Amino acid sequence: MAAQLSIAKALNEALRKSLENDPKTLLMGEDIGKLGGVFRITDGLQKDFGDSRVIDSPLAESGIVGTAIGLALRGYRPVVEIQFDGFVYPAFDQIVSQLAKMHARALGHVKMPVTIRIPYAGGIGAVEHHSESHEAYFAHTAGLRVVSPSSAHDAHWMLRQAIESDDPVIFLEPKRRYWDKGEVGDAADLGLYDARIVRPGTDATLIAYGPMVKVCLEAAAAAEEDGRRLEVVDLRSLSPVDFAALEESVKRTGRGIVVHEAPVFLGMGAELAARLTERCFYHLEAPILRVGGYHAPYPPSRVEEAFLPDLDRVLDAVDRALAY
Amino acid sequence: MTVKSTARARKKAAPGVPDTLRATGTDTQPELVQLLTPEGERIEHPDYPLTTTPDELRALYRDLVLVRRFDAEATALQRQGELGLWASLLGQEAAQVGSGRAMRTGDYAFPTYREHGVAWCRDVDPLNLLGMFRGVNHGGWDPNEKNFHLYTIVIGAQTLHATGYAMGITKDGADDAVIAYFGDGASSQGDVNEAFTFASVYNAPVVFFCQNNQWAISEPTTTQTKIPLYRRASGFGFPGVRVDGNDVLACLAVTRWALDHARSGNGPVLIEAFTYRMGAHTTSDDPTRYRPSEETEAWKAKDPITRLRALLEKEGLAEEEFFASIEAESEQLGLRVREGVRTMPDPDPTLIFDHVYAEPHTLVDEERAEYVEYAASFEAGENL
Repeated sequence: MAAQLSIAKALNEALRKSLENDPKTLLMGEDIGKLGGVFRITDGLQKDFGDSRVIDSPLAESGIVGTAIGLALRGYRPVVEIQFDGFVYPAFDQIVSQLAKMHARALGHVKMPVTIRIPYAGGIGAVEHHSESHEAYFAHTAGLRVVSPSSAHDAHWMLRQAIESDDPVIFLEPKRRYWDKGEVGDAADLGLYDARIVRPGTDATLIAYGPMVKVCLEAAAAAEEDGRRLEVVDLRSLSPVDFAALEESVKRTGRGIVVHEAPVFLGMGAELAARLTERCFYHLEAPILRVGGYHAPYPPSRVEEAFLPDLDRVLDAVDRALAY
Repeated sequence: MTVKSTARARKKAAPGVPDTLRATGTDTQPELVQLLTPEGERIEHPDYPLTTTPDELRALYRDLVLVRRFDAEATALQRQGELGLWASLLGQEAAQVGSGRAMRTGDYAFPTYREHGVAWCRDVDPLNLLGMFRGVNHGGWDPNEKNFHLYTIVIGAQTLHATGYAMGITKDGADDAVIAYFGDGASSQGDVNEAFTFASVYNAPVVFFCQNNQWAISEPTTTQTKIPLYRRASGFGFPGVRVDGNDVLACLAVTRWALDHARSGNGPVLIEAFTYRMGAHTTSDDPTRYRPSEETEAWKAKDPITRLRALLEKEGLAEEEFFASIEAESEQLGLRVREGVRTMPDPDPTLIFDHVYAEPHTLVDEERAEYVEYAASFEAGENL
């Protein structure tokens, strides 16, 4: 492939390849057919694969996930699209109580190869319920896998890997990055659950995923002007977490800062900070710090920039970490 | 009894919507399909003809008696502390056996947690059903072995699984159908209504089999609906029919019709089996707090087993010897269930980690290793 693609196009190509490679793979969701999805991620797929493989569904999220479970029981590999992050909550029981637990309840007799794609998080000036970061709910649920790419290459290959997985995968697409372009290589260069060092450094480790990876890269570039060399790790997978990679990096730099859009309280950062503190205590020069959203509903778009971590908030945390 | 017809013949015979489905009814004067009166009289119904051989009638009687015995045994085992909980089907045997025996091998059932009679008809070992209630697993059987899905406790969630499975049947071009079981309480759930929508618009071969046993724990059906439940179907664009849920022959005939209707490409059907839960919701419940005893007494007169026995005796289709043999078989089943439960092994605690994921997951692997090491430390005496 080795082409420059937007994340949106890279995802589209991943779905196309998955549909081509396995006749049991099918797509379901609202407006994914003729419209190609509200973000056009499924653009052209119904035309090429037909409406029995790319299925416009009724406007019912629990129904979309619940019927995907039944299709998986029948041997299909459903990939469903939830139109926006905040609309997934009506499907919560089907995801956390049904989909996540089916394999365990059947003592392994059935598999649930269901991928749930969700355009998530903010920064696009949307109205309410269109900018939520709910990764902690799903990562907290045993039986689910949760991943989020930050580049076109990862968007493509991680989605293909997710669809091939025999476990249910919550696939969080950073919607404000849909139009960012990058080179998509010819093959997956990492396992789906491996973290990636996207910028090496020595003074502190910035840990991020999805939309915040770009913010952290910008922060690292700015910090370099001040002579600070920050390492940026793209977590990629939120369940499981590649703690080995994080531990190695934090032990080397002595400082760790977790950055995400979701509210800090009981978020991914809380878990990462706690575990890294347990594992790296004698190597740490400062407590693991967290940068994220506030304990407030996602705000109206005119003030969302105050809610979302930006370069300055990340650099401020770097200053605090280095001051210890 | 109706002979086994070919798929082609079934398609040709794909029935329209019988007149009765257009009828209205109320809960107090239910207009329901009945083929066997409480007194044991066979009656004909123009839309649901059913011919039965004496052997088939005797087999249905055997099913009803054994299913009731299994249920009674499980209730007793709960009282003895062998099961943590039991959801009794007492009174609903005909609805379950009639619908269960209407299924073909390739058909698939999605139960709630009370479909012990349907499991029986699917040839699922009754002991499998007890693991969840004893606390040794959350289900545990392979749903695809007998086409009988795991019990689902969250009310109505399984109706969507059934619908999705049925959508898969359509995609496969297969000649099978699905039954989704649920209760009158579940009819209020969003998932059930979403399942109706999906099944309807995708023409999925699924029969929604609602056992209206009149009570959702302590709440009467009138708390769930202001119209007879079978009429909900018309708003979703498919037929609904109310059947005497204590009449095994009517349940058999109507379900067989509905499954054929669905598998012939005509889309879903809602069946409301009008029945009664004679016991408690579960063994944790106390129906005397909310339910008048006169009501329970009135339903006792409609007992599904008594009326089939009356027919067998009246028509001279079974001798005392037959009834005695069923009784003996029932004793054997009771014994097997009692012994089976008492000797059911507790799982190894590492079961906690065994099937969380189909593929390896580092966190689960780590926690398993931690647990194993911790448990081993007791054996080594380190924590004593």
